[in-house]
Amino acid sequence: MLAFIVNWLKKAALEVQEYMRLIGATMRGVVTPPIYRHDIVEQFDQIGIGSLTVVLLTGFFTGAALASQTGITLDQFGARPVVGRLVSASIVTELGPVLTALMLTGRIGSGIAAELGSMVVTDQVSALRALGTDPIRKLVVPRVLAGLVMAPILTIVSDFVGIVGGWIVSRFQLQVASGQYWSSVTDVLFIQDVQQGLIKPFVFGFMIVTIACHVGLRTKGGTQGVGRATTIAVVAGSVSIIAMDFFITQVLVTLLY
Amino acid sequence: MDETASATAASILSEPGAPVVVFDRVQLAFDDKVVLKDVSFTLIKGHTKIILGASGAGKSITLKIILGLLRADGGVVWVNGARVDQLSERELMPVRADLGMIFQEGALFDSLTVRENVGYKLYEETDMPIEDVDRRVEEVLGFIGLSEHIDKMPSELSGGQRRRVAIARAMAFKPRILLYDEATTGLDPITATTVDDEIIKLRDLEGVSSIVVTHQLRDAFYIATHMAVRDSGGAVRILPATPEKADEAEFIMLKDGLICFEGNAEELRSSTDPYLRQFLT
Ligand SMILES: Nc1ncnc2c1ncn2[C@@H]1O[C@H](COP(=O)(O)OP(=O)(O)OP(=O)(O)O)[C@@H](O)[C@H]1O
Ligand SMILES: [Mg+2]
Repeated sequence: MLAFIVNWLKKAALEVQEYMRLIGATMRGVVTPPIYRHDIVEQFDQIGIGSLTVVLLTGFFTGAALASQTGITLDQFGARPVVGRLVSASIVTELGPVLTALMLTGRIGSGIAAELGSMVVTDQVSALRALGTDPIRKLVVPRVLAGLVMAPILTIVSDFVGIVGGWIVSRFQLQVASGQYWSSVTDVLFIQDVQQGLIKPFVFGFMIVTIACHVGLRTKGGTQGVGRATTIAVVAGSVSIIAMDFFITQVLVTLLY
Repeated sequence: MDETASATAASILSEPGAPVVVFDRVQLAFDDKVVLKDVSFTLIKGHTKIILGASGAGKSITLKIILGLLRADGGVVWVNGARVDQLSERELMPVRADLGMIFQEGALFDSLTVRENVGYKLYEETDMPIEDVDRRVEEVLGFIGLSEHIDKMPSELSGGQRRRVAIARAMAFKPRILLYDEATTGLDPITATTVDDEIIKLRDLEGVSSIVVTHQLRDAFYIATHMAVRDSGGAVRILPATPEKADEAEFIMLKDGLICFEGNAEELRSSTDPYLRQFLT
């Protein structure tokens, strides 16, 4: 039993060490040539534009559901008109960043792990190295850059459609006047909330992509291994996001407010 | 390596008969599974080394060690005068510039077209003008008989065509050492012979040193016992090799992590070792 735990700890330590090494190599790859521009553009398109639909849909329905839920609760206090406050505060600081990140993990994280994983098991990554290309620069750097830039942008889009979703429910189901909804949305939105809502997706985007790349590049054991890598990337990515959200919130609340 | 040492190494390597790949007592194990116990051999410039061995004997591993894709646990590996076993990934890049590898399953980039695959190194890693790269890619694909497939994706090709694209990709940047991992396995005899002829031509006309890994004895013997000559009209012909030429192809048989046979085609044919006989029949 003890041997098992020791073994597990060793493996975990090794994994973390390798992950850190990947991050270090990625940083170096971002600031030093060669840079593979073409791949960067392609990843921006895949990760950014490709995820738009899913982000729009989740954002919209989350906002709408949130409005009708809080509408019921607020009625107990006769405070229905302030529904906009609750919707915007929860979306901008929490739900927007976290849900967008979770959707991106499902879509981007799994895709990256599967793609890199199959490249590993079919020796394409070895072939890259044999042909003089550093796989980190060619495969990881473009994806990380795209994740870093696109996660915040997609989160902003998601926040916006979420608030619009909330407005539609408020207006037509809760019968709150549009003007009242929008003024209460903007009234309570502190600059700190916005900062928080923008810092989080940066970190999440970075985590989703680096975890997926790490897991993908360490794939072993054929096609089965690719399936396993994909699952691990999604599970590890999702759990890390939720855990990280808690910690970032703690830090930011002490720092910003 | 300082300036004079590398200059000396370069001059030694430019001589005929120079050792371009040296394996000295190389060992490798995965966890507790020993793959290579003690393997030593030397590839002479312009010669051919044919590595035989059962499945799992460590043939692919040997090629990956030469490229520095895997690091041996012990022993010394020289490639073109560089200690591959000690170099960092970055320092390995210049060594790899002179090494072309045909991976066992082809390892073509499946998101790129045939053209982009074949020209990959020239497009991405050199300053060669695009038009020149295009020309080179077309030339190489013509050489290997795949010109009409230039704009297809690898998934649209047959297994044999993929194998030939892999060969085209490895030779496109004109490396002086080519490593073939089962380049003819699974091909019909006619296509296999085309590939074998390619290997022979690269060796005899371009002076490429080759390491050929294969299960297919027919192809191994064919490569060892034929040579390419360009006649006065410029046409290339494949002829039976002269005895001296045939001596330049050496067979190695890997078994249980050791080299259990080393010699030319004639010696291999006439060997009485029971394991070898079993392998040969
Ligand atoms: N990444 C790896 N991890 C663990 N073991 C490995 C790994 N790669 C190869 N091996 C083991 O090393 C041994 C040699 O593998 P190698 O690929 O060199 O065989 P081979 O001689 O090329 O066989 P084949 O003719 O089937 O291609 C095999 O037993 C294989 O199980
Ligand atoms: Mg093999």
